[in-house]
Amino acid sequence: MIGCLNMARGTAAQIAAGAVRGAQRAAAWSAHRADAAVRRAAVAARGAAVRQPPGPFQPGFWRSPLRGRWLTSLLGLVLLVGLPVIAITGLLSYAAYNPRLHGNDETPGAPLLKFFLFSWPTHPAWVYRVDQGVHVTLGLALLPVVLAKLWSVLPKLFSWPPVRSPAQALERLSLIMIVGGVLFEFATGILNIQDFYVFPFSFYTAHLYGAWVFIAGLVVQVALKFPKMMAGLRSRSLRRELRTPLAATQPEAPDPERLRTADPAPPTVSRRGMLVAVGGASLTLAALAIGQSIGGWTRRTALFAPRGLSAAAPGALPVNRTAAAARIVAADTGPAYRLVVTGRRTVSLTRHQLMALPQHTVVLPLACVEGWSYSAAWTGVPLTELTRLVGITQPATALVESLEQAGSFRSATLSAGQVSDPRSMLALCLNGVDLPPDHGYPARTIIPAAPGVHNTKWVNNITFTAAQ
Amino acid sequence: MSSPRGSLGAAARSLNAAVSARSRAVRAWYGARPLHLLALLAAFALAGYALRAVVVAHQWRGFAVWFIVAIIGHDLLLFPLYSLADLSARRLLPGWTARGGAARPGPAASGQPQVPVINYIRVPAGFALLLLLVWFPLILGLSATTYQRASGLVTDPYLWRWLAVTGVMFALSAVSYALALRRASARARRGRHGRYRKRRQNPRTRPGRTGRPAAAWLRDHDLRRADFRWQSKLRSGLPRLPRPRRAGR
Repeated sequence: MIGCLNMARGTAAQIAAGAVRGAQRAAAWSAHRADAAVRRAAVAARGAAVRQPPGPFQPGFWRSPLRGRWLTSLLGLVLLVGLPVIAITGLLSYAAYNPRLHGNDETPGAPLLKFFLFSWPTHPAWVYRVDQGVHVTLGLALLPVVLAKLWSVLPKLFSWPPVRSPAQALERLSLIMIVGGVLFEFATGILNIQDFYVFPFSFYTAHLYGAWVFIAGLVVQVALKFPKMMAGLRSRSLRRELRTPLAATQPEAPDPERLRTADPAPPTVSRRGMLVAVGGASLTLAALAIGQSIGGWTRRTALFAPRGLSAAAPGALPVNRTAAAARIVAADTGPAYRLVVTGRRTVSLTRHQLMALPQHTVVLPLACVEGWSYSAAWTGVPLTELTRLVGITQPATALVESLEQAGSFRSATLSAGQVSDPRSMLALCLNGVDLPPDHGYPARTIIPAAPGVHNTKWVNNITFTAAQ
Repeated sequence: MSSPRGSLGAAARSLNAAVSARSRAVRAWYGARPLHLLALLAAFALAGYALRAVVVAHQWRGFAVWFIVAIIGHDLLLFPLYSLADLSARRLLPGWTARGGAARPGPAASGQPQVPVINYIRVPAGFALLLLLVWFPLILGLSATTYQRASGLVTDPYLWRWLAVTGVMFALSAVSYALALRRASARARRGRHGRYRKRRQNPRTRPGRTGRPAAAWLRDHDLRRADFRWQSKLRSGLPRLPRPRRAGR
């Protein structure tokens, strides 16, 4: 009660003496600034022994008043939540290729890093679609956050002296893993989804092992910096920052890591403004791309996505390899076409004979590693029907090969689970009409929840092996 | 019973002492706890193991070059470029102050309301450049051939879409700048006529919203800053100011 009264009295006094105090405060602020200048001069004098080179190595070079440990910690927290999701969905996507089966591993080597592999399920059918949609769209969304985070810590690149102790030297060296890793992964991923293959390496190899380098850097960074991040987050209140306009935006308190600049300029944007801009950029990038993963009418909203609005023509569905690119010619798919199915015996079937076999129609999604996907009604012969035809009751694997002569995914090995799933099929029709050439006419496999490239197009050979 | 336990305890203590002396020595030389070194070595080992697979695949040259170029490209190319662009824009636009910041909203000497334009340019320009940074192979048609072979689609529309989105962003920004100018001039008018001078002062509200004659007499941003600090209890993380003594204490 007394406290309340005191507080009330205090508030009344403050309001009464407001104008006078404002002037006093201004004087105090100027004094503080003068003090700061003196302190800076003193520091500079002390540091004369270790003279910084000019330019960015000088503490006075960096002026933004928004840099500080709170901002860095907040952006770090967002990345700490988001980047592991991207990493895990990426590793799951690798597992989806069933790399332990013959010929499926695009990235041989490093067996210890494949400890997590498991036989990829076929249920639920949308699992790969969601996995890759999240991987790619979240990757796009986090790019502005990554850039903002790097901006917030960039002065530390120029800290002087560059090495103070072996520990600090090693720690700086370890930053190559996380900074180089995140930039490398984002660059290769973003270029790959646009088919811009300028890199002098296999995308799969580089993106997977680059990810492991990044994961190593991330884990050690979290181990070393997590307490500092939490302390940084506690140093200011997010809710309060979101209510602070430009006029009241103050530099953060100086911190031992020197994330706050020594000589902050007056702000030109509030912390709230910056966070809204970064968050808005993230959401907009994602919003302009996510339609390619959801499909349907939302595909038209994907202005900036490789299979968005451009691929949304009525009746058209996106593809990742055209018949022309695969060098499939009409002679191969015409009356001369034969599908050779091998098991305990070998049968050779024309497309007419395939059409005469028992058919079923299933609505299944097809999802590309590049993040886009669609759902369609596929009609064709169940793979279990083909295994019966060649005398195999318990299939172990199936090697599916394409008419295509070259290309990294001209064949795929399917697991026992994928072959025996009743929905898996050799599709002949898409949405009620014959497969278009680009979608794999005369026949293609459709496997629930498998990566798009494992739904082999222009199939002319299937070899089943039996479980022992 | 007690004697072996005691000797065990002594042995453990002396071992502890030896270990801690050793760890102090390591810490003095190394500059951090030994655990720090172990964590870093483990991370380097993991990264090295992953890189070995890249070496085995005969792709390490391109991989290493791209890894390093990614860092240099961001830290020493992209960052300086966008910083320079931002700095140039700030210097060229009106409202630049000698201290290195834009002027605060408030009536200028001419009496016209002033709203710094910088953020109304930064946001659309920044977003347009971000879109270009992400989608430049499609926007500039650099991957036109491979994209067409893969998808059967052409890259032409992306440039037009980018120009359209950029145009819309700048248009929206211009509209919101016009609205901000209008708000500022309305505020300045209210301030001159003093209609709201007697309104209750809520310490939480923004100075612009209270209708106080803030804009009129708080021209110097330092002064306003100090004043706002008093009225809004935003004390966490602020530079410590010497508190003026209260009269009568």
